[in-house]
Amino acid sequence: MGMKFTFVIEGGNFSKAGTASSEVKKILKQLNVDPKIIKRTVVSLYEAEVNVVAHAFEGNMNVEIFPDKIVVRIEDKGPGIPDIDMAMQIGFSTATPEVREMGFGAGMGLPNIKKNSDRMNISSTINVGTQLEIVNYLK
Amino acid sequence: MKVQDIVEALGLKVCSGSAGLNREIEGGYTSDLLSDVMGNADENQVWVTLQTHKNIMAIASLKELAAIVLVKGYEPEADAAKQSNVEGIPILSSTEEAFELSGKLFELLKA
Repeated sequence: MGMKFTFVIEGGNFSKAGTASSEVKKILKQLNVDPKIIKRTVVSLYEAEVNVVAHAFEGNMNVEIFPDKIVVRIEDKGPGIPDIDMAMQIGFSTATPEVREMGFGAGMGLPNIKKNSDRMNISSTINVGTQLEIVNYLK
Repeated sequence: MKVQDIVEALGLKVCSGSAGLNREIEGGYTSDLLSDVMGNADENQVWVTLQTHKNIMAIASLKELAAIVLVKGYEPEADAAKQSNVEGIPILSSTEEAFELSGKLFELLKA
């Protein structure tokens, strides 16, 4: 059994984007996780959190920390992703012009997550939501 | 080199987060795309950008950047400045454009 934490992510609220990732970072630091692994995990969690803020209505970040791995599930209620292969391509984005103006929506989110996680699983249902699982091994 | 040193050398304005002026700088990154910075900047770097909203502080904090330098005389939005004070990560401002400022910063840091 791992230690479990859950954080709520508000869709559309950019002023809070990064709060959940920041909380997880604090926990990983307290647990003396290897800084390199914390850095990678933080990048992937922040991108996942921003995706929920930018695209979904609401979501949760469920973190489970085991002796040998960190498992994070980010689940949202939202429009879903019609074509995941497309969404995984660098530069592809469905973000609004307002979101792009802030410097988000460059189509780098999911590729950043893939690069900074040891395992990544994503599934999505149109008009229901998206589930993303990120696993980073501690050894 | 510390943040205070580049403030003096480049005539930067300290907009917020002055408690972090003694942070050590180990390099820099110039970009206005937040995911690019998130994916490629390293800790203790100075980030040169024209973005002024609060999310730049989320990035700076998560990546443990040394400071943010806004270009073209831009100033941080009020909630960004507030967060900068809370985190002790300075937001600085330059009247120069990103190209010129990055060039000068590069020269300073490579020495």
